[in-house]
Amino acid sequence: MNIFEPENKKLVESEQDFVVNVGPQHPSTHGVLHLKIKLEGETIKAVQPHLGYIHRSIEKMSEAGSYRQFSYLTSRMDYLSSHMNNQACALAVEKAIQVEVPERAKVIRILMAELTRLASHQLWWGAMGLDLGAITPFFIGFRDREEILEIFEDTCGTRLTMNYVVPGGVMVDLHPDFQKKVVAFLGRFKKRIKEYDDLVTGNIIFEQRTKGVGVISAEDAISYGCSGPVARASGVSCDIRKLHPYDGYEKLEFKECIETEGDCFARYKVRMEEMKESVKIIEQLIDNIPEGDFQAKTKNVLKPPKGEWFTRVETARGELGVYLISDGTMKPYRVKFRSPNFSHVSALEHMSKGGKIGDLVAIMATLDLVIPDVDR
Amino acid sequence: MIRYLAMYFGSIIKGVKSLLKGMRLTGYYFTHHKEIITQQYPENRDNVPMGDRFRGEVVMLHNESNEHRCTGCTACEIACPNGTIKIISKWEVNAEGKKKKAIDQFVYHLGMCTFCNLCIVSCPTDAIVMAKDFEHSSYDRKTLTKILNKPGSKIETGVE
Repeated sequence: MNIFEPENKKLVESEQDFVVNVGPQHPSTHGVLHLKIKLEGETIKAVQPHLGYIHRSIEKMSEAGSYRQFSYLTSRMDYLSSHMNNQACALAVEKAIQVEVPERAKVIRILMAELTRLASHQLWWGAMGLDLGAITPFFIGFRDREEILEIFEDTCGTRLTMNYVVPGGVMVDLHPDFQKKVVAFLGRFKKRIKEYDDLVTGNIIFEQRTKGVGVISAEDAISYGCSGPVARASGVSCDIRKLHPYDGYEKLEFKECIETEGDCFARYKVRMEEMKESVKIIEQLIDNIPEGDFQAKTKNVLKPPKGEWFTRVETARGELGVYLISDGTMKPYRVKFRSPNFSHVSALEHMSKGGKIGDLVAIMATLDLVIPDVDR
Repeated sequence: MIRYLAMYFGSIIKGVKSLLKGMRLTGYYFTHHKEIITQQYPENRDNVPMGDRFRGEVVMLHNESNEHRCTGCTACEIACPNGTIKIISKWEVNAEGKKKKAIDQFVYHLGMCTFCNLCIVSCPTDAIVMAKDFEHSSYDRKTLTKILNKPGSKIETGVE
């Protein structure tokens, strides 16, 4: 098969078929995703995602760096949950070199991960409003996200691609003002989350555009490999923090948010609930961060023995797996990332088939795709 | 029949109510300017609020007598994932007449830097730090290659 053959051939079967290109430069695809949509009137008959516009070969580049160097690249995969991406790599390397992470570092990691989840969901909420024609949510979501990014900037020095979680712990200790700022932010955010509900949740236009749209059943969600809020909205229990706890999530009390409808509104509700759960997790930890080292003592050059390791974490979008193969040298032999968004793109056609072209925008918005994570 | 009519008008009233609820919030922020957090960036360039640890660019610290703390151990060069740092060293004769390695040029390619902080963490003598300057855009990429040690600078006494 010639891979350069135009795939329109497959998509168009008769002269009546109408093909529309959405993307690569389309605001509702949130990046450079190219969708070819076959239409009949306004009804979608087929969706073909074309990937590769932002492929940077992060997996191959990881093989060139040492075990300390490769994880900084993963901040650039799912840039909205860069702490969790770094954490997944750090966990894999720690498993390989068998290092016990200090308690303080574990707590800092969870705090940072949950703050990232909050920031990511706030951005999703704002961008989703923008996709569905409401501009106010965008400003309100970004206002709250800005405060979290300022907290990150104080401690890590950067706002988006932090590279803060490193093998053995975290890179530097927390900023002295960290606790004070987070407590102040949580106080404000708990009041503001009511605004979120006022603006969007009960809104009649939003409800009619999302209820019963883009339904995916639990069986299909599993078979397409969906994870995170997308699968939980279909009733699949798949929270890695609950099922395979890491970094001390087993000691915390939080609920796994599950809905059963599987439509866009259910995905919306799951993410809104997750924000409240993240606030609860941060509140449990913020007042008792243990004293001690923020990084375990490791050798300057990390040299794991020959072997293979797999770790996974729950990012804001779903399950991120890191598969690490070592041949005993100072560089990884192979690194494979299992990213949640790639699976969600494959489920896009199943969800949007039979719907209207406006529904596709709602589905894309609630899938919360981050395209650099699809291509890597 | 009346039940269906009541349902129909009820849904309209409910829908309008939900829209007004959202509009009330928009109106609140329209009239309350204190809640606005936007920065007027190019105007407030002199006092942009920034974290203490902001990663702008790598700089080498020099004290009053033009001395730095870099021994030229190349730990930062090894730690850098992008090959941003290149240390060119030379042999110097110190006061006791012994030959000693010292840096000639600490070359820093800002254009390749991803600000991952690995060089700063790896430095054993804390010679380099991250500075806050972030306005690096330039028409000529030659200006992005910098030599961090000042001309005529020497290593601080007592730093090994």
